[in-house]
Amino acid sequence: VELLWDQILIQTVNGIVTGMILALIASGLTLIFGIMDVVNFAHGELFMLGAYVGVITLANTHNFWLALVVSSVTVGLLGAVIQVSTLRPLVGRDPLTTILATFGLSLVLQNYALWQFGPVARKIQEPFTGHFKLFYLEYPWYRIVIALLSAAIIGGLWLFMKYGKYGVWIRATTQDRLMASAMGIPVPRIHTLVFAIGAGMAAASGVLFGPLVGVNHAMGLDWVLKAFIVVVVGGMGNLGGSILASIFISLLEAYASLWVSPAQAIIVSFVVLILTLLFRPTGLFVPTPK
Amino acid sequence: MTPRPSVAYWTGFAIILALLIAAPLVLPEFWRRFVTEILIWGLLAMSSDILIGYTGMVSFGHSAFFGLGMYGAAAALLTVRPPNLWLAIVYGLVGAAVIAAFVAYFSTRLRDIYFSITTLVFAQIFYVIIFTWTAVTGGENGLTFRRPELALPGLFSMPFTSNTLHWFVLAVVALSYLLLRRIMRSPFGMVLQAIRENEPRTRAIGYQVERYKMVAVMLSGLFAGLAGVLYAIQNKFAAPDFVFFLISGEVVVFNVMGGMGTLVGPVAGAAFFLLLREGFSRFFTEYYLIPVGLIFIAMVIFMPQGLLGFLKRRLNQ
Repeated sequence: VELLWDQILIQTVNGIVTGMILALIASGLTLIFGIMDVVNFAHGELFMLGAYVGVITLANTHNFWLALVVSSVTVGLLGAVIQVSTLRPLVGRDPLTTILATFGLSLVLQNYALWQFGPVARKIQEPFTGHFKLFYLEYPWYRIVIALLSAAIIGGLWLFMKYGKYGVWIRATTQDRLMASAMGIPVPRIHTLVFAIGAGMAAASGVLFGPLVGVNHAMGLDWVLKAFIVVVVGGMGNLGGSILASIFISLLEAYASLWVSPAQAIIVSFVVLILTLLFRPTGLFVPTPK
Repeated sequence: MTPRPSVAYWTGFAIILALLIAAPLVLPEFWRRFVTEILIWGLLAMSSDILIGYTGMVSFGHSAFFGLGMYGAAAALLTVRPPNLWLAIVYGLVGAAVIAAFVAYFSTRLRDIYFSITTLVFAQIFYVIIFTWTAVTGGENGLTFRRPELALPGLFSMPFTSNTLHWFVLAVVALSYLLLRRIMRSPFGMVLQAIRENEPRTRAIGYQVERYKMVAVMLSGLFAGLAGVLYAIQNKFAAPDFVFFLISGEVVVFNVMGGMGTLVGPVAGAAFFLLLREGFSRFFTEYYLIPVGLIFIAMVIFMPQGLLGFLKRRLNQ
């Protein structure tokens, strides 16, 4: 019984760490959905490309933090290019077309990565390797730092949305696109900016998460599904809800993997999603709509 | 009401059917197999067109029905001796139907993107189950089995050759097409199209929209399962890769490329996609999805009606 409690506490820490990574991916996804009704299927691939850019920069500069910044900026710019070239022509059409376009995009990006980098997983060296004692485990400090850094990035985003000029514009556009453009807000540019921010955050989480699993071309697939689940469970387009849902779902999966394999634990989050959709389709962590 | 099908339509149908019947006699082995495969993927795409094109519900979970058809056929072919073709079909259809009923019950309460995500998630649940339940499904390796004989009980029985397999698949696909076409032109099909055009109004008129949607998902799943059975018989294996959501995505790609809401369009889309894949994989080997994906994106942006819609418009000009 003693051991079980230790395990549960360890899994709580694990769950929060993965939850923060997931929150970093999902907040970009939910922001993009909230502002332009785009369900971005390629979000996992942006995460994956971010990790690869991190690998390359790290190999050349041996500086993890530089790699993190370079990767976010590069993939953010790529996101802007993608938005302008493939999503802008689809504005005003059925949201479904954006699913299709981004699905096509994810196929292209994934196979591009396979072609460029090959099927062998790459490794990102963590910036420091210290451990501390967590019950019977030597728990790496790096994981704690990931969670804190993710929280810091999300906090930064929140401050930007609250006080930044463009942040206020983004919120205004989310509320009412037409009114915002009537007030002189450059809505198309805001769309591009939001996509770039979402892409950059996905890339950052790719670099941060890289040291834990290794980087390969298919790593985005699992995450994009999880991120979708989180975005729906948290209430589509709701930033705070997505963050809570990320932690909630990651904790559930972490506890479930005490009994079943991690591959099967994902079913828990699937079930949460389906129950949410059936009984509270507006999302678990949002106030009841009137 | 719909106008009587013109003579031109049936002539076209007869010509294409005749070409497909003659195909294996003139084509070399590789292309013979290729045409058979197009037909099978075409049936899968056609089945999803019932939802995507006619009812306006984009299913991202057709890999589940297809895969259950495959594994159902595998169950029949592995447990019953000697392997029986018709039993494989029955098992596959039952497997797909049970899953389809389950998915239909939950997913039809939701609309638009939420429906898509729910179907996608259901498909992934079955994928995880199949992938991890190694004792029964063979896990990652899947199941292999022998191909059953083409037999009518009491009449004849002979092993499939690649020609008879092609004709058998062609017969199943052509009959399914005629049946689905008939269903989509029936009052039931009209209600589905009404739901696509204006769901609140359809409900206001007094139709039980949820019930119609449920039946549509089950019908669609059933034919997707049939495609899965055919694929299992052609390839003599069932693998979890075919339950993975990328297959569902490809099915949607077929629909968009060919033209939704036409039944023939998705088949043309499947043919176009497989031809592109074949052509590009000669230059790009396994990275063929890079050019194919780019073409697909361009088609979503510039050709939203798909190949068929595009041709139709050009012909009308």
